[in-house]
Amino acid sequence: MDLGNVASLSLFYPEIVLAGTILVLTILDLVVANKRAMAYLGLAGCLVALGATVDLYGTEPTLLFHRMVALDNFSLFFKVVTLAALVGAIWMSIGSGEVRQVHLGEYYIVLLTCGFGMFFMASANNLLMAYLGLELVSLTSYILTGMLPHNRRSAEAALKYLIYGGVASGTMIYGMSWVFGMAGSLDYATINAAMAEGGGNQIALFMAFVFILAGFGYKMAFAPFHMWSPDVYQGAPTPFTGFLSVASNAAGVAILIRFFYPAVSTLGQEGAWAFQALPALQWTDLLVALSIITMTWGNLSALNQRNVKRLLAYSGIAHAGYIMMGLVVLNNDGLNAMLFYVVVYLIMNLGAFLVVMIVANATGREDMDAYRGLAWRGAAFPAVCMMVFLASLTGLPPMAGFIGKLLLVAAIIEGQFYVLAVVAMINTVVSLYYYWRIVKTMFLDEPAPEDGPVAATASAMPLLGALMVLTIVLGVYWAPLLDYTTGSLGFFMP
Amino acid sequence: MAEYVALLADVGLKHYLVVSGILFALGIYIVLTRRNAISILLGVELILNSAGLNYVAFSHFSTGQVDGQIYTVFIIMLAASEAAIGLAIVLAIYQLFSTIDVEATETLKD
Repeated sequence: MDLGNVASLSLFYPEIVLAGTILVLTILDLVVANKRAMAYLGLAGCLVALGATVDLYGTEPTLLFHRMVALDNFSLFFKVVTLAALVGAIWMSIGSGEVRQVHLGEYYIVLLTCGFGMFFMASANNLLMAYLGLELVSLTSYILTGMLPHNRRSAEAALKYLIYGGVASGTMIYGMSWVFGMAGSLDYATINAAMAEGGGNQIALFMAFVFILAGFGYKMAFAPFHMWSPDVYQGAPTPFTGFLSVASNAAGVAILIRFFYPAVSTLGQEGAWAFQALPALQWTDLLVALSIITMTWGNLSALNQRNVKRLLAYSGIAHAGYIMMGLVVLNNDGLNAMLFYVVVYLIMNLGAFLVVMIVANATGREDMDAYRGLAWRGAAFPAVCMMVFLASLTGLPPMAGFIGKLLLVAAIIEGQFYVLAVVAMINTVVSLYYYWRIVKTMFLDEPAPEDGPVAATASAMPLLGALMVLTIVLGVYWAPLLDYTTGSLGFFMP
Repeated sequence: MAEYVALLADVGLKHYLVVSGILFALGIYIVLTRRNAISILLGVELILNSAGLNYVAFSHFSTGQVDGQIYTVFIIMLAASEAAIGLAIVLAIYQLFSTIDVEATETLKD
């Protein structure tokens, strides 16, 4: 179905609820003195939008607004992921001492707008919409990164993010302009038809795809477009870092899959995709190389980090490499494993950043020394939760991360990419070292005399407990989530 | 005069693509070599405008529709908002570091 502007509105209510919440918050910011109430309103808006999104799930795939936006299970899945990350981030922000320093009204408005942009990244069906969605997310992210007042690290991180982001999105639209020139249209369906006929000049098309991959890759933080991520993760307020690490990654995955699968490839028998745009060049070899470089670089750089936020940034780069493995095999099993991993990564990484925030609230520090003997300093529950999240990030059974990694590796072994599978295994072992160094510091190291007791932030405890339970439950009973991701591969096919 | 007009009629898609390619390369070069934050932002603008030029050229010569021109209008608008945010951040950097040299503002490392 192909709807016009007014008819689209009846299928657009999650976005309308979120946009309405943003507008109401903007007005309330001018008149309400108690800014903390705005957080609860934002939270309520996100929950209502979440309900609306879940309600729409399963509708017949439709194109809205004159083919600009696609409404299908795939986009709805990523909207649910984005909203879940928003709920987590707002909840974290309520308890965060760092966020208390900033102008709270603006903070929540810009945070929700960032999530709103991710909706369009997930559902763009046109090169223009993809660019607009990506830029909306980027611009709001720069603002949120640099929001901490009189903070050198925050301002520097924002500048670096802006420069890398500007270059990456400029490169991306330069590549898109070549695709536009060769396909003759911005619409994904027309591009698909042009690619099915063999595309255009192979070298030009290959360069264009690499340039586009740079823009998407910067959102996902995979090498060599990952340089911004450690600095930004370290400088930004911790709740926003948590949001960025999971939601920006998920939105990058969404826009990447929608461009390189439904728009450029054709779905064949039994879930296998034919990437027919570049018959003469080995596109998958490039993806294999990128994936290997990303996970190895991320893991090796993480080994010597003393700052836990920076360590988690490098671990995020490594996880972007793991997620990339699903792209290589060019079939629905790989995509399914990617979607599953996105959800699992959301849960465990948000949890890890929540513990970082709790420790930073109590001690004002983020380096490894602040975690010395954490379990014996009155924060036993956060320490145990951190251990669960780190075990899951490593990929140890019976945590959710193990199942996620298992699905990815199973998909690439079935596709006979044995080298990639072996490298992924070796990388898992490498990551064991730095994740478990934190666990060792928390449980086995004696607290130094100057390490005071750590008061756990009370408002964060329910979220922490829920994330920990989910990490363990999804590790032993993952079938419902797998069914959900399988159902979410329903694309709008041009 | 007439021969110059005739020469202009010969300007085709390739000429525009070469100019935009040069602009793009210059933009990347500036970003990689300059140390002044404002210069780097100017380099980013060059990259964005090279893409904008491409869209208008392709739209005029190959598709014959206005969708490429519309894309360029959006690029200009987003470049303006990016410049606004960029200058605000550069101002904050100047207040905190008293310089906008990107190599002098290195506090984030392990």
